[in-house]
Amino acid sequence: MMNWLDIGTIDDIPQRGARCVKTPQGKIGIFRTHDDRIYAIDDHCPHKGGPLTQGIVHGAAVTCPLHNWVFSLETGKALGADEGTVRTIPVRVTDGRISIALGEMLLAAE
Amino acid sequence: MTEKLVIVGNGMAPGRMLEHLLEAAPGRYQITIFNAEPRVNYDRIMLSPVLSGEKEYEEIVIHGDGWYIKHGITLYKGHKVVAIDRHARTVTSGHGVTESYDKLVIATGSVPFIIPVPGKDLPGVLSYRDLDDVSAMLVAAQSRDRAVVIGGGLLGLEAAAGLKERGMDVTVLHVMPTLMERQLDPAAGYLLQKAVEARGIKVRTKANTRQILGDGKVEGVELDTGEIIPATLVVMAVGIRPNIGLAREAGLEVNRGIVTDDRMVTSDPDILSVGECTEVDGRVYGLVAPLYEMAKAAAAHLSGSENRRFIHSDTPTKLKVTGIDLYSIGDFADGEDREEIILRDASAGIYKRVILQENRIIGTVLFGETGDGAWFNELKKKATDISEMRDTLIFGQAFQGGVSADPLAAVAALADDAEICGCNGVCKGTIVSTINQKGLTTLEDVRAHTKASASCGTCTGLVEKIMTLTLGDSYNPAAIQPMCSCTELGHDEVRRLVKAKALKTIPAVMQELEWKTSCGCAKCRPALNYYLVADWPDEYADDYQSRFINERVHANIQKDGTYSVVPRMWGGVTSSKELRAIADVVDKFAIPTVKVTGGQRIDMLGIRKEDLPAVWADLGEAGFVSGHAYAKGLRTVKTCVGTDWCRFGTQDSTGLGIRIEKFMWGSWTPAKLKMAVSGCPRNCAEATCKDIGVICVDSGFEIHFAGAAGVDIKGTEVLGLVRTEDEALEAIVALTQMYREQGRYLERIYKWARRIGLDEIRRQVMGDPDKRKAYYDRFVFSQKFAQVDPWAERVSGKDKHEFRPMAIAAMQEAAE
Repeated sequence: MMNWLDIGTIDDIPQRGARCVKTPQGKIGIFRTHDDRIYAIDDHCPHKGGPLTQGIVHGAAVTCPLHNWVFSLETGKALGADEGTVRTIPVRVTDGRISIALGEMLLAAE
Repeated sequence: MTEKLVIVGNGMAPGRMLEHLLEAAPGRYQITIFNAEPRVNYDRIMLSPVLSGEKEYEEIVIHGDGWYIKHGITLYKGHKVVAIDRHARTVTSGHGVTESYDKLVIATGSVPFIIPVPGKDLPGVLSYRDLDDVSAMLVAAQSRDRAVVIGGGLLGLEAAAGLKERGMDVTVLHVMPTLMERQLDPAAGYLLQKAVEARGIKVRTKANTRQILGDGKVEGVELDTGEIIPATLVVMAVGIRPNIGLAREAGLEVNRGIVTDDRMVTSDPDILSVGECTEVDGRVYGLVAPLYEMAKAAAAHLSGSENRRFIHSDTPTKLKVTGIDLYSIGDFADGEDREEIILRDASAGIYKRVILQENRIIGTVLFGETGDGAWFNELKKKATDISEMRDTLIFGQAFQGGVSADPLAAVAALADDAEICGCNGVCKGTIVSTINQKGLTTLEDVRAHTKASASCGTCTGLVEKIMTLTLGDSYNPAAIQPMCSCTELGHDEVRRLVKAKALKTIPAVMQELEWKTSCGCAKCRPALNYYLVADWPDEYADDYQSRFINERVHANIQKDGTYSVVPRMWGGVTSSKELRAIADVVDKFAIPTVKVTGGQRIDMLGIRKEDLPAVWADLGEAGFVSGHAYAKGLRTVKTCVGTDWCRFGTQDSTGLGIRIEKFMWGSWTPAKLKMAVSGCPRNCAEATCKDIGVICVDSGFEIHFAGAAGVDIKGTEVLGLVRTEDEALEAIVALTQMYREQGRYLERIYKWARRIGLDEIRRQVMGDPDKRKAYYDRFVFSQKFAQVDPWAERVSGKDKHEFRPMAIAAMQEAAE
């Protein structure tokens, strides 16, 4: 079961930028691409824990600010020579408002 | 005894002749050159890229001053020869220098044809032949006003494109119904006109100039219809005429040009003629390939060999306007005995036409897609019977005989005698064998040894493919390292094109320079952002999403995602008030670590991102501004205590350091810039390993630069010694601005200096007061927009979103 949580509007995030959402299970990064696609992934690089929301967003990818690993926002997979995956979180945009699905994760936490 | 060889003219033909002669008969002649232009031999074909800003004069020099010295050649620059005395066997220059000769070579080139209309002599009417014309056009283009180019041929269109790139509003007037009618058929001429107009250049065909208007300077052009086109610059590019006045006065046989035989010998057996002034077998030439053939024949004759003679051959025409591809060769007029094959692709703007006579190619016109030009030309030269491949001929080489469309395979399939470089007549086999024999590995080497792609450069891609085929993986064709995988262009090319095309946003750069990705990557975006900030300080809006996190939030990210904050301490000097404020901030925000940095200031580490604006607010109240410890920009100016306290101090080093820091803070540079000022040669501020350093001495200030104390360790180089603080500041600022304008992103000053050359930097900053002042003024202008404290801006609310989470999913909400 999906439990959608409204987190704000698309205009809260700069184009080619990101914001983070704090949850009891850690930070989630919400990304907005140059063409207004919205993605959500864990704000935590699997390499050394860098905050991915602080990276440079290019296309549907982000470069980690600590050691320049690049992750696909669509799949959460590291691109290029590096190997690793960040969890992706379901996200939907309705009339400019963004929701993310926290249900499963929090149910599991109980 | 050595014979005396005198050459009148120093263009590309005699330059090439000398190269051949010095190779075939070194030391045989004592050589003297008279050049009416006040400079060395440069690549005249490349004037258009200089005009458009894609190249600079230094890059198109063929023979630098050192070459003449090395070969013992006397070069009289700016000496126009006014008389030849064939009985006394002497020539005399306008400055009164007389030299005797055993052999004389006349290479006076051509003069632009000026249409004889009223107003042709007004200031602001230029021709397009040499560097002086280009310089004059560049000055005129600064007005960004209106220009008229008379002549829609090769030169006229290149001039128009260059002036447009420089920001002028350009109209081309052409007397014929279609552009370049001598090289293109009407269909290709039409496509060319569309491509030229798409660049914002207006084209008027069938336009006859009645007169050039103006009172004391050019104001416009009047057509024979009575219409007036306003302009402050008129460029006449309607054609050239062989420059034969000197030869005629000397009594040599002249016709349209100076008449020679196929050894380039004139009617006087001791006088030769090469270049555009020469008429051989009834023809005069204007393209470089036949001129180089003349050079070979003349060199052979002068070295005593008679087996190399001039033979006529057709030369392909190419236009050197970035983004417009056209190629034409041979005869393309219609005729009863002729057939043609045509391919058109309107949406892609492609037109290809091959003209056949008895199943053999006699002419080719290509527009939009010219990759097969060399192949068609090869078939034409060899008079190959094409009936077998007639159905697919027009699709090009890749479609013949099962050869794949791989461009490398197409080059591999070329015969050894296929001509690669049209300008220099170099075939594939010569390039391959020279690479193998001499062990060449770089494009520069191949150019130096074979001349292939060394003139107009349009065959560079082909030459590189041949190198790849010959050398295999050991050749990396990226002689220019691309900025990143989003582009083929290197940093220098991008910087030059940003200026030349006046690109002022990142999307504009990516569109115009054909970026391969939709919005770049983490490598190119910060670089482009810097180039635009540096080049258009007043117009470009800094793109924070293209800045690395440290520069975006004005603090240094640490391994755990917290930040460190370093306020500026001017010259490393602080006070009890400042220290107390820092202590209060540390307590208030429970900052875990406080550390003294190597740059004489204090670092507070482990600050949560959300706290940054509040930390800055408190620091700001105590008078602190950002120390830019995170920036590719001015970091610190370390100082020692100088004459204020030190018994050895020679100058007020602390005061100078503070003055420099207050003048230069906030400026962005290609990489970080650390400075220091030491009060005496004991050098307590360690100025001699800094990016820029000053060592104070009794007689003034010794300015140092290009040191390094990181992965590389390197002592500084001396820029120069100046007497006063003011002069020191001006030189340091000018040096910094030169580096800001030329450096590649992330290239420290010592690497930049190694690339540019220390002498060149000294020449521009210390040796040329005008240049120094211009650099200084541009830096000062840019500082008007840069000296804003980023911390204060953020305390007052800028980029609020950066420092707050978007939302907080609380437990009870989530538990529903």
